[in-house]
Amino acid sequence: MLEVSGLTKKFGGLVANQDISFSVEKGTILGLIGPNGAGKSTLFDLITGFQRSDAGTVVFDGQPLQRLRADQINRKGIARTFQKLKPFLQMTVLENVMVGVVQHSSNLKKARQESLAALHFVGLLEKRGDHAGALSTGQRKRLELARAMATRPRLLLMDEVTGGVDQRSIPGLIELMQRLRDDGMTLIVIEHNMQVLMSLADKVVALHLGRKIAEGKPNEIQSHPEVIESYLGAAYA
Amino acid sequence: MARTDPARHPDLEAALAEPFRHPMNLRRKLAWAGGAAAVVAYPLVFQEPYLQHVMIMIFIYALMAQGWNVLAGYCGQVSLGHAVFFGIGAYSSAFLFTEFQISPWLGMVVGVMVSILIAIGIGFPTFRLQGHYFAIATLVIGEIGQTIFLNWEWVGGATGIWIPVTREHPWLNFQFHASKLPNYYISLGFLVAACAIVSWMERSKLGLYFRAIREEPEAARSLGINITGYKLLAISISAAFTSIAGTLFTQYIFVIDPETVFPLLLSILVVLMTMLGGAGRLMGPITGAAVLLPISEISRIYLGGTGGSVDLMVYGVMIVLISILSPGGLVSIVERLAGRGDHA
Repeated sequence: MLEVSGLTKKFGGLVANQDISFSVEKGTILGLIGPNGAGKSTLFDLITGFQRSDAGTVVFDGQPLQRLRADQINRKGIARTFQKLKPFLQMTVLENVMVGVVQHSSNLKKARQESLAALHFVGLLEKRGDHAGALSTGQRKRLELARAMATRPRLLLMDEVTGGVDQRSIPGLIELMQRLRDDGMTLIVIEHNMQVLMSLADKVVALHLGRKIAEGKPNEIQSHPEVIESYLGAAYA
Repeated sequence: MARTDPARHPDLEAALAEPFRHPMNLRRKLAWAGGAAAVVAYPLVFQEPYLQHVMIMIFIYALMAQGWNVLAGYCGQVSLGHAVFFGIGAYSSAFLFTEFQISPWLGMVVGVMVSILIAIGIGFPTFRLQGHYFAIATLVIGEIGQTIFLNWEWVGGATGIWIPVTREHPWLNFQFHASKLPNYYISLGFLVAACAIVSWMERSKLGLYFRAIREEPEAARSLGINITGYKLLAISISAAFTSIAGTLFTQYIFVIDPETVFPLLLSILVVLMTMLGGAGRLMGPITGAAVLLPISEISRIYLGGTGGSVDLMVYGVMIVLISILSPGGLVSIVERLAGRGDHA
């Protein structure tokens, strides 16, 4: 469904992404891991059009994306969340989701109903009338998920799903992602928590200093020497 | 979303059953009806020209401020050069009538079209600028506009345009000299129309998109919103309202010059009015204009000339107070007093 090949992005002398290639099958979850500064969020930005790549291609359902703007890519069927959450603070939780829904139905009455269903799905229904600014970090993650889902994507990119979320909320978030996949959604998730990825991902891609160092099933990646080295140093590999 | 729950949860059922919009209660309906009746009856009750004049000026400024509100209050793009659109509207009708005897109504339409073209010309390069840089760019554009018209002899240069008085076909020529009533109701009509458009916008996809762009432009892009396109739409609506206000001003005062219709002070004044009344709120610009304009008129009466700029000092103090006491503007104070809370 998504083919990334040779993707490269440089900031001056710093290579954020160097010749990254991988593919994602429909209905699967791809986990993206790597220490801080590995280039995971940059890769998300390149795929979703928030930054322009210097080289390489991104092909989604047969269509090249690398020259499209972020909003066009979303309308092609790819949605994303942000590592640094970006709720519309002065709008209600319901309105936040409606912004995504109205892309498909300008009728606000229908959009409201669809948004309420989405809020129910992520467990934020009772917060619908509150301003987004009043939500906790975990709730904001759920809101951002509901908002991204509201644009009816076929591929969803989630940046740091469980980062900054209290331990109690993590199982719920994992379950949400599993339900999305079971409904036929394809996901790419950036996740540091290996336990989370073990139970979630069908395939894992590991990045280190802008390069892909490993790709495989979660248990293979967990024992992959280069991955362990990148996180813990050569002594443990 | 079809994928969510085939068997609906009772909580969801309850939420879906809620009314889409809370209907107005009787007290609010009566308040609106009473207010509307008072505004319509006002010039019939108060026949002194001066009292009618203040109201006409409030309508014209409120229309302009509503234009600024669309772009800055709702869409979050702060312009400090809106006098450009006011001036273009003022000059379009004045110039076309004086030179070519073209009806000011057509001049108004031309003014709106020119203003929109210029708005897009301003917006296209400057909407790439983030935050304060857009405001600075518009400030400069406002000054450029005034300088051009000061030096453009064909449209009267610094002297401006004196519109030749005619008493024939007052409606066609948009010139009323016997009474202020036509100007009163025409200005009121345009203001009401502008508010109707903004009210519709508030309840539509457009309003959601404008506010999303104001709150988090990056998130808005991630949800499929072409933010440059929607900002251009916002500045076009904004410029159109402001330009119409300019034409209404010209056809009421009949003498215009660059110092009157292009000054920086005018650009700042609409900002103050909207901020005072409540930016991003339907009634904000009107409330702000209704409070600020009488202050400037009163200071002019008691201090003579331009009022010694006392009005501006008072404005300054009011803005400081409002931003400390009620950042949502006067409108939200009124709402709090009425015990309605936020406009959900």
